[in-house]
Amino acid sequence: MIEITNVYKTYDTGNKALRNINITIEDGEFVFIIGRSGSGKSTLLKLLLKEVEPTSGKIVVNDMNLGKMPRRYVPKYRRRLGVVFQDFRLLKDRNVYENVAFAQRVIGASPRKMRERVPSMLQMVGLSSKYKSFPQQLSGGEQQRVAIARALINRPEVLLADEPTGNLDHHNAIEIMKLLDKINRMGTTVIVVTHSNELVNLMRRRVITMDRGCIVSDEEGGAVHED
Amino acid sequence: MRISTFWYCLKEGVKNICRNVWFSLASVATISACIFLFCLFFSIIVNIQHVVKNAEGTIGITVFFDEELSEEQIRELGTQIGEMPQISDMEFTSAQEAWESMKSDYFAGHEELAEGFADDNPLAGSASYQIFLRDITTQDQVVEALEQTPGVRQVNYSNSAAEGLSSFNAIIGILSFVIIGVLLAVSVFLISNTINVAASFRKNENEIMRYIGATNYMIRAPFVVEGLVIGLMGAVLPLIGMYFLYLRAVGYLAARFQIISRIFQFLPLSQIFPYMTAVAVLLGLGIGFFASFFTIRKHLKV
Repeated sequence: MIEITNVYKTYDTGNKALRNINITIEDGEFVFIIGRSGSGKSTLLKLLLKEVEPTSGKIVVNDMNLGKMPRRYVPKYRRRLGVVFQDFRLLKDRNVYENVAFAQRVIGASPRKMRERVPSMLQMVGLSSKYKSFPQQLSGGEQQRVAIARALINRPEVLLADEPTGNLDHHNAIEIMKLLDKINRMGTTVIVVTHSNELVNLMRRRVITMDRGCIVSDEEGGAVHED
Repeated sequence: MRISTFWYCLKEGVKNICRNVWFSLASVATISACIFLFCLFFSIIVNIQHVVKNAEGTIGITVFFDEELSEEQIRELGTQIGEMPQISDMEFTSAQEAWESMKSDYFAGHEELAEGFADDNPLAGSASYQIFLRDITTQDQVVEALEQTPGVRQVNYSNSAAEGLSSFNAIIGILSFVIIGVLLAVSVFLISNTINVAASFRKNENEIMRYIGATNYMIRAPFVVEGLVIGLMGAVLPLIGMYFLYLRAVGYLAARFQIISRIFQFLPLSQIFPYMTAVAVLLGLGIGFFASFFTIRKHLKV
């Protein structure tokens, strides 16, 4: 469970990115966070990743109070999260298999475990046949699938996706959303930050809308209407 | 640490070097130049110190005793003096031996002139100890202690020689310290630059690693390996060069300038090379390790 209580975040520049944010996300939920640029969505993800600290307030992720977490525990905490970005952030000099295995390697997993998990993860995202391909040989949708496989290989409890369909065409965007939905149904909590109202409407999941650092609505099975 | 992780870090470190090969080569070349200069100074310094040490062994303190003391009493005093830790060696010269030595030095060929003193040794009461020190810089201290020893009449020593050798040693020490310090700073700066370039190449990878949950140790390892490999290469190359240069130089100087080889006994390569190798390799690895370790720190902020 993720509990964000009375969180404020003001950057050193004076920019008030978040104001009195209160959110509770249960285990296994699928949540969209939407809002205009500068509404504070990305700052919220950064707080959950413990990339930045809140100015005040409390964030608890799976019983871990991020405010009281020493820096040395941050890597272990992050292993319980998976992250997907708009620009995929794949390693261009490594093929699909190596990109996914990379996530296992950097946390010191055994080669045996990698040999077991990587093929099954590639199968799950539908890229078994392309395991030898390099990122530049894949379409945007396929690259995002690799990124999702990499985010999931360490079996995180929570998947954070920051504009995962931002660089994709409509068809690929829907495919990625279906994949995220599938992952969610397997038990992983999924939090997606997006601009795409169309996808949000299509998925009919919980929608948290943010504006100028505040939560303006939080609806179950929400739909968004263009202004 | 798993063996597979170790090999991975090693492979990534080498990959870093290959990825920006020109920067790496520039770093290796500069460290090589620095360590080569270090080896050169090291050779010169240890050879000079060898000469200085030899000279220290030949500069002695002569101690004369009260005339009324018997030879036995003087030898007892000698045993007592010999317990001083600063003393490396002592030689006793009896009054008779002193006179015999003087006769052979000053009356050679005119022994009849010394006959007049046959029954009356003019150097009676001149039994002495010649004392050699472990370290010439302790001479003043030893002389002071000897002068305060009951039974000691006179202490002869060469103050200027001791001071000259001491200050020469000190100058060499300071000079080498300054040069090595400057070279170290240059090497650290260069490796640091190379690691910065490598870190910018791997910026994306490092960011992904951080988000995945890699420890700082895991992120840092390839860069430290890179620094260590550059440092090691930067040490090995000049050592190879120095090995042949030293042999050639010593052989050339000994053959061409025989006067030099009489005054200046070069240390054999086998005697200095193991130390030079150890210091150069440690220096190379040390520069590589510290420069990479501390440079990469600023790229680890999470």
